[in-house]
Amino acid sequence: MFTRDQLITGNKTLEQITNDICEPVETVPTIKWVALMLGANSTLLIFVSTLIMIIGLGMGLMAVNHPIGWGTDIITFVFWIGIGHAGTLISAILFLFRQKWRTSIARSAEAMTVFAVMTAGIFPLLHTGRPWLGYWLLPYPNQRGPLWINFRSPLLWDVFAVSTYMTVSVVFWYVGMVPDFATLRDRAKNKIRKIAYGALSLGWRGTARNWSHYEMTYLLLAGLSTPLVLSVHTIVSFDFAVSQLPGWHTTIFPPYFVAGAIFSGFGMVVTLMTLVRIGFPKFKDYVTINHMEVMNKIIMTTGLMVGYAYATEFFIAWYSGNPFESFVFINRAFGPYAWSYWIMVTCNVFIPQLFWWKSIRRSIPAMFVISICVNIGMWFERFVIVVTSLHRDFLPANWGDFIFTWADFGVLFGSFGFFLTLFLLYLRLAPAISIAELKPVLNVGRDNNGHDASSGGTHHG
Amino acid sequence: MAKNKKVTVGIWEDEHKLIEAARKTREAGFKIFDAITPYPVHGIEEAMGIKRSWIPYICFSFGILGCTFAVWLTNYVAETEWPINIGGKPLTLWAASPGFMPIIFEVSVLFAALSSVAALLFVACDLPKINPPIIDPALTSHKFAIFVDEADASYNTAKIQQQFKEWGAKETRETEF
Repeated sequence: MFTRDQLITGNKTLEQITNDICEPVETVPTIKWVALMLGANSTLLIFVSTLIMIIGLGMGLMAVNHPIGWGTDIITFVFWIGIGHAGTLISAILFLFRQKWRTSIARSAEAMTVFAVMTAGIFPLLHTGRPWLGYWLLPYPNQRGPLWINFRSPLLWDVFAVSTYMTVSVVFWYVGMVPDFATLRDRAKNKIRKIAYGALSLGWRGTARNWSHYEMTYLLLAGLSTPLVLSVHTIVSFDFAVSQLPGWHTTIFPPYFVAGAIFSGFGMVVTLMTLVRIGFPKFKDYVTINHMEVMNKIIMTTGLMVGYAYATEFFIAWYSGNPFESFVFINRAFGPYAWSYWIMVTCNVFIPQLFWWKSIRRSIPAMFVISICVNIGMWFERFVIVVTSLHRDFLPANWGDFIFTWADFGVLFGSFGFFLTLFLLYLRLAPAISIAELKPVLNVGRDNNGHDASSGGTHHG
Repeated sequence: MAKNKKVTVGIWEDEHKLIEAARKTREAGFKIFDAITPYPVHGIEEAMGIKRSWIPYICFSFGILGCTFAVWLTNYVAETEWPINIGGKPLTLWAASPGFMPIIFEVSVLFAALSSVAALLFVACDLPKINPPIIDPALTSHKFAIFVDEADASYNTAKIQQQFKEWGAKETRETEF
């Protein structure tokens, strides 16, 4: 008979769980954390100073020009938005499917979502060229005419989709943390900590009636987030698919983008969780190698889906008989930007196939390297979509090249500093694993005496 | 901020004994009582006789409200206030609506989500509470409690404390909540 592996190893008691998870919040940062934080802060400085220069001097600093009117900003926006999707998949969709293993990683994945969407949000604003007029995107009676927005534009759908996604993700994340903030408040030794976490917990007390409403709301939010997250990347893909450019104007884009988003997001979750496990060794009992293996399986599966989408695009380009369409795809694979196409295919389709081997799925160094490759590959996927489609359109007179400048590099590289600074702060200010959600799944895979039921027998993850 | 109430509380260290005690408390005829747990204990709703949460009704109603609002806003702006011809796309209400679906969907989800959370935090759980009395700091970590309110018709602290002890409570006392 199959038995489940233990979700939480080390035969923890309820009190030990509380102690283990609160420890990073309640102790002095280690030298490793400080070093990472300083590195992230330096990168953040590059980001801020590049943004100041671009906003101050103008978009001419970046590579965006005729004919490539969408450049690093849009590529990097789609990249970060995609990363966010795995967090909602883990916290909402796996919750609806009653996947108990999600509990250990849901909080950090959700934090990753919030920070990735925050990072992503900067880029379309920057791309408008006049970010100080960003409020023009909102529909409200104004004194500019009144000049309203065009509700038929996919770019405006994006504004609504991304801002709704951001708001709901933040709320979902915060609601999940309220009981844990109450735990931190009740453990607090000094007054400032007591006041800060008391305010964050809103005075939560956890009566059975509160929990009953709480669980219902959590279920509702998961139910709402599920179609929401699918809609967000669908609408992002509409930015491309609704236009008439060969290479963009395809109906496969919504599912292709959603699969790619989940793929890249899990890549980032694996990258971050390997680092969290190294930084906080006690978390290894909660985020076990089994958790990492399951995520690697998802990376491999979604990698295959993305590969299938690449193949379908080529097939349809040929099958449609449209010469412009087939030109774009031949140009992608063998034209001047073929190097970016083959980086994409190698990183997204071939390298994740290594996860067919169990030893690689369960090796921390291997999965770290592969997850970095996935991140690189997925950035290049958006590069391929944006740049190769634009650089050679219908008329050869319109052809041109994309000249990546230092400003493009600065915002791309710097955005990681922004993201990592937020994530590192989060790791020390909030419980990085949901304490209240973890305790009910404590007994999964344990026998009646609280011991590992699967040891010695066959097992099933 | 409401004045604190006097309650008699028993503290348990085992989830299963807590559920059993909650069931006995209800069967003993107490009406105004509640449990405090560090995490959602499954089965306690049935044991205590807690009804299903009403928050889904709020979620659904506000979702419909958000949907109606978005249908009105998009059509009002695109048809009445700022009608612009974009590639000959239709302006009239039903012909134009497919292009507004993403907006309508997102606004419905936003209304439904925010209203549910507001209902949970500010109505159902009566938060925020400033400096609420904490019966035992371990109640958000590894201990469980049941308390009976003094407003209950059969409130008698000595008797309740004795019963809680019989039902497995490690500790009982009269306190404020």
